[in-house]
Amino acid sequence: MWAIAVKEFLQLRRDRRTVAMLLLLPFLFLIIFGYAASFDIKSVPTIVAGPLARQAQLLLPKVFDVVGVHPDQGRAEAVDTLRRGQAVVAVVTPAHLGGTPLLLVDGTEFFAARAAQVASATAATSGNAPAALGKVKTEVLFNPELRTSVIMIPGLVGLILVFVGTVATALGVVRERQAGTLEQLAVMPFRPREVFLGKIAPYFLIAAVDMVVIVGAGLLIFNVPFRGSVLTFALGALLFLFVTLGVGVLISTVSQTQGQAIQLAIMTLLPQILLSGFFFPLSSIVPAVRWIGYVLPLTYFVRISRGVMVRGTPITALWLPFLMLAMLGTLVFGLSVLRFRRDLAPAGKGAAGASREKGEAQEEAA
Amino acid sequence: MSLQRSAVPAVWGVEDLTVRYGQRTALDHVSLAVPSSTLTAVVGGDGSGKSTLLRALAGAVRPAGGCVRRPAAHQVGYVAGARAVYTDLTVDENVAFVAEAYGIGRAEREARALLLLRRAGLIDARERLAGRLSGGMRQKLAFVLAALHEPQLLILDEPTTGVDPVSRAELWRLIAAAAAGGVAIVVATTYLDEAERAAAVLVLQRGRALLAGAPAEITARLAGVLFDLPPDAVPAGALPRSWRNGALRRVWAPAGRPSAAAAPATPTLADAVIVASLSAEKPAEEPGS
Repeated sequence: MWAIAVKEFLQLRRDRRTVAMLLLLPFLFLIIFGYAASFDIKSVPTIVAGPLARQAQLLLPKVFDVVGVHPDQGRAEAVDTLRRGQAVVAVVTPAHLGGTPLLLVDGTEFFAARAAQVASATAATSGNAPAALGKVKTEVLFNPELRTSVIMIPGLVGLILVFVGTVATALGVVRERQAGTLEQLAVMPFRPREVFLGKIAPYFLIAAVDMVVIVGAGLLIFNVPFRGSVLTFALGALLFLFVTLGVGVLISTVSQTQGQAIQLAIMTLLPQILLSGFFFPLSSIVPAVRWIGYVLPLTYFVRISRGVMVRGTPITALWLPFLMLAMLGTLVFGLSVLRFRRDLAPAGKGAAGASREKGEAQEEAA
Repeated sequence: MSLQRSAVPAVWGVEDLTVRYGQRTALDHVSLAVPSSTLTAVVGGDGSGKSTLLRALAGAVRPAGGCVRRPAAHQVGYVAGARAVYTDLTVDENVAFVAEAYGIGRAEREARALLLLRRAGLIDARERLAGRLSGGMRQKLAFVLAALHEPQLLILDEPTTGVDPVSRAELWRLIAAAAAGGVAIVVATTYLDEAERAAAVLVLQRGRALLAGAPAEITARLAGVLFDLPPDAVPAGALPRSWRNGALRRVWAPAGRPSAAAAPATPTLADAVIVASLSAEKPAEEPGS
């Protein structure tokens, strides 16, 4: 028994990634579940509209974080602001004191909506604002029954794209390396970009089919609405796939075995699942950890998919997540192409491409 | 590193080639010519640099120095051992993939595949997964795939390692037929009896050329004499420059025949390689010690 334990330790000592995972994961979980994972909402981005907006904003409970006061706007503009994801709650004041103020809540922000409802009800029973303006009428928009499936399924699409894009792609490329056939491909008359695109195309198609199936099941079985533009959603999914496939290839270029690839994929998957706003609202994560969420691609896809599917957010209001996905995609994809190219063109194959096509012999000199 | 295009040379190969993996020098100023219609063998033990030399010739590794001459990629066939086949594809699917990669039309592919698969004895295994083939059959399939596009240069890295004697013979028949057809073939092998079939042999040791030339030239250049003794004629360890030769013990005497009783033996390529290896390891020792 002792001999086996010693051998196991010796092997483990040389398997740095497993050791790193065994040591880092407990810390990661400690941070995420200790500081980040929280359903408590301490502030809800709020706009106040209507003729009495300036007075009403002063009377709102502390949980409502006023991000805009628009006395010249009414219900329609407030709904549009929520649709664009610029606030979670909109208070629309009546034309005169004694009228019924309207509390519009974005139903796609489940925990924030609940917090707003609770705060509003507490304020009403305690005689605090905005009840001071009169009896408040609360209206939950986009997801009136606050159904979990309506919120989860658009995010789930992203999670599945991450899974197929990152894990399956990484495994597919590493399998070739592990079997030794990647070297065979390297000396065949393929350009590195042909090998690269040929390797990721099947996973791209599989991910696209998975996405259509999940969205279809969401619409037909779980009655998730699809209020926005299909084109905007498809464009967002395409950009997101661009990033996840890039991450998959990048993982494959630094992994020698499928086991190593899976380890690395798990290390990129876990933070995305926990810190992207898919489960826990980003606003409830402590700022020191929240920044991690802002560099994760799923964070931006969740915004796009929930926005487009449930709220009908137009593309003009989603420029930031689109821009972030494009930037992350360019960075990750660029790095993965460079590393993949290095594996496939050890003898300066890229430069030899033209001569290969012309069928010329090559004289390679160092 | 620069890449120059040149007119098709009569001879492929490497010249003064140096390859480094990080700090380690895998090949140190090695030259090898691989002429058309000829079989050239690269011989050496594990880690001697055989595979690195072939990989550099195929373009799979970047040289640190020297020069590599090879035809364009679609005129090179490369077999990296049994790893050259996709084990989760059938024989036919492997053939179809390689044919597509080299732009061979369907009709031409069918004709060439039939010919090569029949010669390799794989014609009845076309629907079988490559992973389910025996080691010898897989190696023969690797050869078929490398030869399918009728390359000018065939690079075969240990094509017979781990292969049964019958399959070895079949593989060598395929290799000889390809060489007779005008292909320049270079084979890396650990089997010296196989290397003796080659027109030229390069023996590598720790990344350096130990011997080079035609097998007959190499054996003719052997200095000293070889003779055989019964294994119990001398105590073990008394003759450090000796090795097993069947039931006998072959002894190398660099300074000539030690006694009239010992009849000189005819050296083989294996003897020449062992002697060269011994000389390289113990250059300062007294002859006959």
